[in-house]
Amino acid sequence: MCLAVPTLVTSIDGSMARIEVGGVEREISIVLTPEAKVGDYVLIHTGYAIGVLAPEEAEESLRLLRELEEAAELEEARAQAELRHDEVDERGLETT
Amino acid sequence: MKYLDEFRDPKLAQGLVKYIRQRAVVPSTVMEFCGGHTHAILRHGIRQLLSGSVTLLSGPGCPVCVTAAADLDRAIALARVPGLILATFGDMLRVPGSYGSLREAKAEGADVRMVYSTQDALALARDNPNHPVVFLGVGFETTAPTVAASLLQAEREGIPNYYVQSLHKLTPPAMRAILDGGEVALSGIIGPGHVTTIIGSRSWEFLPQEYGIACSVAGFEPLDILRAVALLVDMITEECPSVANAYPRSVTQEGNRAAQEIMDRVFEVGPAEWRGLGILPDSGLGLRAEFQHRDVLCAFPVDVGPSREPPGCRCGDVLRGVLSPTECPLFGGACTPAAPKGPCMVSAEGACAAYFRYGDYSDGK
Repeated sequence: MCLAVPTLVTSIDGSMARIEVGGVEREISIVLTPEAKVGDYVLIHTGYAIGVLAPEEAEESLRLLRELEEAAELEEARAQAELRHDEVDERGLETT
Repeated sequence: MKYLDEFRDPKLAQGLVKYIRQRAVVPSTVMEFCGGHTHAILRHGIRQLLSGSVTLLSGPGCPVCVTAAADLDRAIALARVPGLILATFGDMLRVPGSYGSLREAKAEGADVRMVYSTQDALALARDNPNHPVVFLGVGFETTAPTVAASLLQAEREGIPNYYVQSLHKLTPPAMRAILDGGEVALSGIIGPGHVTTIIGSRSWEFLPQEYGIACSVAGFEPLDILRAVALLVDMITEECPSVANAYPRSVTQEGNRAAQEIMDRVFEVGPAEWRGLGILPDSGLGLRAEFQHRDVLCAFPVDVGPSREPPGCRCGDVLRGVLSPTECPLFGGACTPAAPKGPCMVSAEGACAAYFRYGDYSDGK
């Protein structure tokens, strides 16, 4: 029962809220996330919001992943360059 | 779709896979606790992408799968009580009990209704005031607060015919049981992201502190899972286990306090029987004394015959990570999603269902 979907809160009426995801609107309970506001994204699990998503954390995560991807690309290029250097060395030794 | 598409970026996924393969100097074995993770891992081919660097084992995090046969038998017996309406999440319908499934009981005349939410069950209770309506409460800490909330709502609105059969279970005790069992050697654990949204990442501190095992709490998109594995590999390589939050857009140290309070108001912790793990102390949620009038087994005590596992079913071993689904002799032959022998093949979070659906036969035949 770990399945939960991020949805946009479009309106709130007491402990119920209207949310929208993929163009579909539904009514769900925000009794577990009383701090939710219109415009927030909340995770919906079996008809209840279980958490409010933090946009700045999402941005930060993506930024870190982009950095990590660049680092991995650089490391791969470096490793390949080393391999080619070793190959050249070997060929050099063979011809002399 | 926002908060989903960005975390499925294939270029960033490739970067993460490269990073993991570069950093995983020594191959390691990691368990993903949650069945939802098993499904995502298989659906996105993550097992194969990481094979050789990180071996991923699936754990017991499928609440339908760990529901004991005796508990399911009691639910089926309740459904057979004349006039009683049993409301359940869809997954539970097809799980074989000792003497048949809820779906079979329904076919024989039991009033079993599939619901998506306890809100639906409450509506059934309102619409059928002369019938007891029972919600079959299966789920971990992600679901338990929603059931607790529904119970409090029934109290507030004066809906006397709403009952719960609480089979809710807690995840940290199951993790301890796996590790104490000593059957699998793990370097790290991928923690359940939505359970942890509720209970807070500090709930997993016991893993590095008492077991020396790294834990990385993960969301459910491919980048979330890969990032969690990357963090695990870093901790394993540096021999510095701790709890890493790889899902910070949803998970915090303290978790969801409102949900925790609601759970605490309605439930108390006690022993629970887990398929595959036996009876674990302090691992289940039962209704507190002041809510006993909502406990269906107090109102409708049912007798069930001796419970038994389906013959040849190895779900228990799969749930403990000691058997891969494809190693089960029944897998794909006698046991398929169309004709399941055990819960692991039925549930949306079952490991066997995931292996069958996404065609990963790399372990066994």
